[in-house]
Amino acid sequence: MKFLYNIGLYFLMLKRMLRKPTKWRVMKELILKDTNDTVINSLGIISFVSFFIGGVITIQLALSTTGSFYPDYLVGYATRETIILEFAPTIISIIMAGKVGSFITSSIGSMRVTEQIDALEVMGINSINYLVFPKIIALMLYPFLISISMFLGILGGMAACVYGGYSTMSAFIDGIQTDFIPFHMTYAFIKTFIFAFILATVPSFHGYYMKGGALEVGKASTKSFIWTCVTIIIFNFLITQMLLG
Amino acid sequence: MIRVKNLSKSFNNKTIIKNISCQFERGKTSLIIGQTGSGKTVFLKCLLGLHDYEKGEILFDGVNFKTISEYEKMKLKSSIGTVFQGSALFDSMTIEENVMFPLKMFNNLPFDEMLDRVNFVLKRVELENSNKKMPSEASGGMQKRVAIARAIVNKPNYLFCDEPNSGLDPKTAIIIDNLIKEITEELNITTIINSHDMNSVMEIGEKIIFLKNGKLKWNGSNKEIFSTENKDVLDFVYSSNLYKKVRKTYLNQ
Ligand SMILES: Nc1ncnc2c1ncn2[C@@H]1O[C@H](COP(=O)(O)OP(=O)(O)OP(=O)(O)O)[C@@H](O)[C@H]1O
Ligand SMILES: [Mg+2]
Repeated sequence: MKFLYNIGLYFLMLKRMLRKPTKWRVMKELILKDTNDTVINSLGIISFVSFFIGGVITIQLALSTTGSFYPDYLVGYATRETIILEFAPTIISIIMAGKVGSFITSSIGSMRVTEQIDALEVMGINSINYLVFPKIIALMLYPFLISISMFLGILGGMAACVYGGYSTMSAFIDGIQTDFIPFHMTYAFIKTFIFAFILATVPSFHGYYMKGGALEVGKASTKSFIWTCVTIIIFNFLITQMLLG
Repeated sequence: MIRVKNLSKSFNNKTIIKNISCQFERGKTSLIIGQTGSGKTVFLKCLLGLHDYEKGEILFDGVNFKTISEYEKMKLKSSIGTVFQGSALFDSMTIEENVMFPLKMFNNLPFDEMLDRVNFVLKRVELENSNKKMPSEASGGMQKRVAIARAIVNKPNYLFCDEPNSGLDPKTAIIIDNLIKEITEELNITTIINSHDMNSVMEIGEKIIFLKNGKLKWNGSNKEIFSTENKDVLDFVYSSNLYKKVRKTYLNQ
């Protein structure tokens, strides 16, 4: 019951967000700030994780495909498919649910606890529009982050492959170019856009409607992380089933 | 003038505000007093439209929040200044940005004019040269004053303060009380203050409303509160020996 109620409340939040928009002059600043807080500040960790996990994926693929039975280019090909289809869009989004999601929940939640949201409301400002909308717009740059992750993941894989002596650079590059299906890119970016929307709205929902004090802000962040992950994973399944299945 | 008629409000079937009727006049500081948990904050939040109430009517100079359009609601709200119990400053903004916020939201003034106005009100609350500080770097008393500055920067018609001087030393508390009273007279606005501080009651309580368990038990002025024989008021206001003595001396005069 509570679950259905919350889903209803979530959609009501989205509806209320579109009423009474904030002045553009103010909104512009909010979008820039949220872009910095969510997207730009995640560049470092995303690059780091992508490069090294890309390396590990390649090493493991290389180790399990040794022997003359497998063609040389297979490692590059498999690395590309893994990273573009699953690792960059989904696994990075789960990491972002931890980093950006808990940031959004705790920053909105602490505004709730300290009555800052009430202060916005009594001034006649649509607090949902003020707080959530700029985060959605900022996270529309999220696909840019995912492209970087794809690039660095494959680069990491190539580095690990070549310097680890598993295969040659030209074989790896061959692999990357083998049987490339452009629709896989489309699929990955459709996923990314949907995940970006989830990353912006689900944590906002948990922060906005939380009750209690500072302790509850922490609890809300944890809960928001779990629900963001669950939502991402369910949508991952549904989109994959629809687009590729 | 704000008029409240038969207001009732409950949470989860527990009635917190019980059938309160009263009115608050323009140009006067009205105080709502009562023990902690008596419903002062809930009452104020009903007036502010932050809590929906099930019974009664609240009229802002004859206008009922519930019956006007979104646009009119927004206009009315922008004429209300609020100081919350915990200041509720935006902690990601500097003091200057906090005070400028209502101006930015509701006016199209150029930046310099807004800044002039901000500096004017900051000076009014004796906070010159703190523009660039963050709220977390300000003391409790400074935060309260910033909150007052933010509440009055847009020249409101109504000012609501929830315990503006709780947790402050007696001297600063009096300064803040007098500041609110002066501003009320200066701008000729309707001011409502929640308080359980007896000093404020005596100093600035031109009209006092006493709540107990969500019921309005007494109302009058700070002069009348000395002579009242209302048992609940005596019990609350004159709970300390000091005030018992003060009352005696006053009545003997
Ligand atoms: N959102 C809420 N949900 C349920 N009960 C509430 C809520 N807000 C307040 N109450 C209850 O209403 C009663 C009155 O609370 P209120 O905050 O108005 O007291 P107060 O007079 O402002 O006290 P204080 O002087 O300590 O600020 C309390 O019993 C409180 O538990
Ligand atoms: Mg209170």
